[in-house]
Amino acid sequence: MNFANPFFTRREWAAFAILAVLLILVFPASVDAFRLNLIGKYLTYAFVALGLVLCWGYGGILSLGQGVFFGLGGYCMAMFLKLEASSPENTAIQSTPGIPDFMDWNQLTSLPWWWEPFHSLPFTLVAVVAVPVIFAFIIAFAMFTRRVGGVYFAIITQAIAAILTILIIGQQGYTGGVNGITDLRTMLGWDIRTDEAKTILYFVNACLLLGCLLIAQLVKITKFGRLMIAIRDKEDRVRFSGYNVAGFKIFIFCFAAALASVGGAMFTLQVGFMSPSFVGIVPSIEMVIFAAVGGRLSLFGAIYGALIVNGAKTAFSESFPELWLFAMGGLFIAVVMAFPNGLAGLVRSHVEPLIGRLFSGLGWGRTAAADATPAE
Amino acid sequence: MTKDTKSPNLYTMNRRQLLAGMSAIPLLATMGGPLRASDFPTAEVNKTGLAVTDDKVTVGILHSVTGTMAISETGSVEAEKLAIKQINESGGVLGRQIEVIQEDGASDWPTFAEKAKKLLVQDKVASVMGCWTSASRKAVLPVFEQYNGMLFYPTFYEGLEESPNVIYTGQEATQQIIAGLDWVAKEKGAKSFYLLGSDYIWPRTSNKIARKHIEDKLGLKVVGEEYYPLGHTQFNSVINKIKLKKPDVIYAIVVGGSNVAFYKQLKAAGIDMTKEKPVLLTISVTEDEILGIGGENIVGAYACMKYFQSLENDNNKEFVAAFKEMWGDDSVIGDVTQAAYLGPWLWKLAVEKAGSFDIDPLKESLPGIEFTKAPEGYVRIHENHHLWSKTRVGRAKDDGQYEVVYETADLVEPDPFPEGYQ
Repeated sequence: MNFANPFFTRREWAAFAILAVLLILVFPASVDAFRLNLIGKYLTYAFVALGLVLCWGYGGILSLGQGVFFGLGGYCMAMFLKLEASSPENTAIQSTPGIPDFMDWNQLTSLPWWWEPFHSLPFTLVAVVAVPVIFAFIIAFAMFTRRVGGVYFAIITQAIAAILTILIIGQQGYTGGVNGITDLRTMLGWDIRTDEAKTILYFVNACLLLGCLLIAQLVKITKFGRLMIAIRDKEDRVRFSGYNVAGFKIFIFCFAAALASVGGAMFTLQVGFMSPSFVGIVPSIEMVIFAAVGGRLSLFGAIYGALIVNGAKTAFSESFPELWLFAMGGLFIAVVMAFPNGLAGLVRSHVEPLIGRLFSGLGWGRTAAADATPAE
Repeated sequence: MTKDTKSPNLYTMNRRQLLAGMSAIPLLATMGGPLRASDFPTAEVNKTGLAVTDDKVTVGILHSVTGTMAISETGSVEAEKLAIKQINESGGVLGRQIEVIQEDGASDWPTFAEKAKKLLVQDKVASVMGCWTSASRKAVLPVFEQYNGMLFYPTFYEGLEESPNVIYTGQEATQQIIAGLDWVAKEKGAKSFYLLGSDYIWPRTSNKIARKHIEDKLGLKVVGEEYYPLGHTQFNSVINKIKLKKPDVIYAIVVGGSNVAFYKQLKAAGIDMTKEKPVLLTISVTEDEILGIGGENIVGAYACMKYFQSLENDNNKEFVAAFKEMWGDDSVIGDVTQAAYLGPWLWKLAVEKAGSFDIDPLKESLPGIEFTKAPEGYVRIHENHHLWSKTRVGRAKDDGQYEVVYETADLVEPDPFPEGYQ
């Protein structure tokens, strides 16, 4: 089994090395602290895109609600940071010192019980992943054991994203409402707002992302990964072969949620606030676009997709503040029309044969059969 | 104002103070005419590496020109560009022409934070005119404080904030609410109030202040208080409740697109605001919103603002004419648009008083700055970085304009942390 299914092909090792060099050496060396922080922000979306490649590209489960898990992870982290920023000394001006400022504005006089555990960093770090995963499990269990799938599942995830946004906005005394949780300052006394801290957080983020990429790859190459592809292509046949299809789908959905939540927590740390605008339908769909542009069958493509789409968004909006949305729309249409397998598909069909010809004999020619599956 | 005109006693002056005083003489000599850049060497007026050269200074404009907020924020962008054009025509700031870098916040709060940081860190702009919603301001605030920038924020808002890095050119909540409630209680003999609004921080805080004032200060009654999500369009149930409770005043802080549905349904339900009762008093509908609502749907409602396009004074006539010349005859000017127009002018005056573009001297020179050419009449910056402004009540006409029916005799002091209203 190991011989037939190596962890990475030689081609993938090369891709991994290029990505690692790019993230850890090239970016930090070539851009200033401000741009590096922006790249760090884009990379937090890459966590979500990685999850989507597994869940959508390999598992065939299209989720239009990944923002929910990104947001929940981010909110857990933001709650911890907000409590630290709301020490009684910092909030002496309020009617009730020691609680977050938005609670004070909304006439709350004590901290709600479910905020209390977020005083603890270890609890928070567990919650960042656990809360979204439990939530994802409940959704997935309810849906997949009833064999709800395909477009119905996508619509339900979208509805959940809308519901959660409305809930967060409506309960502004407990959640900060539309404004979100803002003005986050320190983590265990360490000021996260300085350029130095942002650079450190960038490296933490980049390493975590590479780690998550390896874990995702591990999931992909095992028997489990093969089964996911089988379920995507012929669910009934897998079920009739005696496999518990729902269990596999629940796992992959929860796994994608866990990846998204890590991204959300890193987002909060690097950007310095969390708001419902990352939870709703629009950001959730944007996250699917990152995966689609990068190539939904390629883990590397997902990361490049998140980087390129967000980079283009920043570049276009800086150059044409009034027209940039059209440029973005044009980019999406062009990519989806011309390269249905995204940029990764483009690389595979055009760039790699070229490199293969240049370095023939070094083992570049090999391609994994499953990866070459055409888009539907 | 005594604080600003205080001058050092000549007899106790030391050498350094005397020299400093003498260096101000060229400033006095050029008063009346435009200042010349050569009198203010760049090395002196820009010690912190801002985007200031011998003949140019760069400022940022940061509003949403795309997304749901674009319709509201466009007026602010237009007003700021008009002010900058006028300042440039009259000789610029410290003899330097203003250049603008415009960024799009895209109605998205994290984008606002990203762009604010770009303007401050990369473009090194000398100041930023921008933001509209409280959420966008809250998102950029840590950025302005961390990188020591200066933001001119135009919208009336909920207060509860006082940053050294922000000048709030709109009204904070008490300036907009209290005078209006006093007026409606006195002039209209109102006894009972029904409060309603969109569900977020500004309407909630405003209604909290309104309730305290109605119940504790005026000794009158609030018969209902309700909130609806942003974008809500079904107001029939609250309209039925209003008809049942028969309040003297409907106090409405409905925001954005919901306004269209609210006023149309109110009219359809037979509540005629042109009659004596009930009085509808709003603090969220400017001339800009009426464009969407339609004048015929809101005719007779009262709004409490600091500025209406129909104000009769020379400053305003000039301003309205200049605005229409630049942006077209169809354009309307609401309260926030006028407040946005103040931003570049206040900044210019403060920079010239400080004799420097740097943020720290600017922070010291800003309180006390007066702007006598303000379309709303006259404004002055308070120590707490808000403006002293008059409060006015206007009554909506069917052509989409307001007729001013009341204005406070004096400027109202800004009080972002009102005691007794918390």
